[in-house]
Amino acid sequence: MSIEPLSVTAFTLVNALGLGCTATLEALRDGRSGLTHCDLPEIALDTWIGRVPDLESAPLPAGLEIFDCRNNRLANLTLQQDGFDREVERVRARYGPERIGLFLGTSTSGLEHTEAAYRRRARSGTRDLGDDLRFDHTHSNFSLGAFCRSRLGIGGPTQVVSTACSSSAKVFATASRHLASGLCDAAIVGGADTLCATTLHGFASLELLAPEPCRPWGRDRRGIALGEGAGFVLLERIAPDPDRPALLGYGESSDAHHISSPHPEGLGPALAMRAALERAGLAPGSIDYLNLHATGTPANDRAEDLGIAHCFDRPPRASGTKGWTGHTLGAAGVTEVVICLLTLEHGFLPENLNRGERDPDLKLDVLEAGIDLEPRIVMTNSFGFGGTNASLVLGYPG
Amino acid sequence: MMLDILVRSVGIVAPGLTDWPSTAAILRGEVRYRPERLPRLAPMLLPPNERRRATPPTRLAMEAARQATEAAGADPRTLPSVFASSDGDLDLIDRLCLGIAQHPVALSPTLFHNSVHNAVAGYWSIGSGCMEPSTSLAAGDATFAAGLLECATQLATDCERILLVAYDLPGPPSLDAHRHFAHPFACALLLARDQSQHALARIALNASPPTDPAPSGSGEKTADALPPELEAMRSGNPAARVLPLLLAMARGHAGTVELPYLDGGTLNVDLGFEPHAE
Repeated sequence: MSIEPLSVTAFTLVNALGLGCTATLEALRDGRSGLTHCDLPEIALDTWIGRVPDLESAPLPAGLEIFDCRNNRLANLTLQQDGFDREVERVRARYGPERIGLFLGTSTSGLEHTEAAYRRRARSGTRDLGDDLRFDHTHSNFSLGAFCRSRLGIGGPTQVVSTACSSSAKVFATASRHLASGLCDAAIVGGADTLCATTLHGFASLELLAPEPCRPWGRDRRGIALGEGAGFVLLERIAPDPDRPALLGYGESSDAHHISSPHPEGLGPALAMRAALERAGLAPGSIDYLNLHATGTPANDRAEDLGIAHCFDRPPRASGTKGWTGHTLGAAGVTEVVICLLTLEHGFLPENLNRGERDPDLKLDVLEAGIDLEPRIVMTNSFGFGGTNASLVLGYPG
Repeated sequence: MMLDILVRSVGIVAPGLTDWPSTAAILRGEVRYRPERLPRLAPMLLPPNERRRATPPTRLAMEAARQATEAAGADPRTLPSVFASSDGDLDLIDRLCLGIAQHPVALSPTLFHNSVHNAVAGYWSIGSGCMEPSTSLAAGDATFAAGLLECATQLATDCERILLVAYDLPGPPSLDAHRHFAHPFACALLLARDQSQHALARIALNASPPTDPAPSGSGEKTADALPPELEAMRSGNPAARVLPLLLAMARGHAGTVELPYLDGGTLNVDLGFEPHAE
């Protein structure tokens, strides 16, 4: 049941490593993490974060101010990188706005904006949250979709997927199905998630937040470091080109186990990885690089390791990249897809930053240093609360 | 592009609407609609400790999903699912933001992990033991149509049957002033690809942009109007936008039902009851 490869014709991202693909690639090559000690106003937690600088001074375009909130600012800033706007203009002219789909993921949308309204109300003692809440345009799950639809002039099928930390990985599956069903000829996929008090304090309350830069896959890992980020990828239904990366497969599954703990045997992740390989029509041995979900919590990394062992006789070269960017939650899927696309384009596999001592209980070993190697086929994993799992296979077709 | 799918069964929960057979009788005009309070719903699929703590959206959506799977005699473990909700659990958002605005911050871990939009889908998968793919999506007031389209694409590419669950419910006063839902409403449709199966109805979908003046569905537009209380329900909750489709199904009226989609456009649902001529 393999799928038609979908050509990737543009991609971009923004996160704590900087604006655009070059900033992320240079940081990965130079060994420079984006994590810093938490300096957000209103947050008194001893933790490290991957914060995008100067979002506060990056307003939305005139006419779209009603959408103004940190999350939409981040999306707007990201669309301006790597010529992504120009590529959207090109496909709009080529296919028409109604033939372009828009499928975006977010976990918390503009929750940060609503938190601020509650704080203002607590200080002022007023009853209402205030007109500046603009809930539909900032916090509602569809806000990001409505903003990008207006911002890009897109008229095709649009939805926002909100499945926690798999959100912006699952949109690639959604886009593939809409394209294969003939509902659109091109699709803009991606997502955005911003730092907010609820996720920082929420993960702290679950004792899943590390008091130090996170140590994904390491023996001494103590939890996640949160980050914020956004990314966009343009997919087109055009004849596969052996020199252009494509989305080759996707796989999704549910753990059916627990809302906030992973399946102890990694069965859900294993099902997602197998399904992605099957749709790509590839054997596990074809994966040249695996970008791990690797959040840095003891249970998550163990479950993912077991899932990989279920799928792969011989584990592929692999690294987790949340030590660079922090865990960008709903944006993690597309962030790591773009990192995978950078490995395909530039022939460089990033190290699993900050692992420290190897965990003897984990079968898969990760890259301790970046290496120059030109992968043909790569895979990325994204798993989330609610037991949601997604794996994607990307690479050169044929 | 037309996408053909079958509706195998319906589950529905809203004030005065307790299941599909009685709702169909109301929609046919055989029984008068009475706006009664929702009964206390118990998601029996969940283990007792989770059942007690289940949030209102989880109770509402799982009841609709249970009805649809039981009516079709389907094993929920085998069903991929799509959960469509514009705003999920506004009550939880309110409680989290109240905790955030306190000094020191007070935030319960259970509250936090239940706040993800896919928590309802997560509890459904845990309760039913279903490891099939599941997605949770939103499209504002177009959420029902977006969920139906998502299901149609999955049936066209990935699976034989799929469960669509649409729900939204009013939030607490603070947030209701900014995002108002008139009533709680959940609807579940068990949808299938195989044309040979027994079904309540056959539908074909066509998404048309607002600039397209003519619906391209082959049937006549259905002129049926909802009773005023149910029209208020329809316009007051994105999940209840399904009601015109259920009305035409209950009355056996073939034709085109227009569901609101994005930017003033519609998703045209061409409804029929005869099997396709092969």
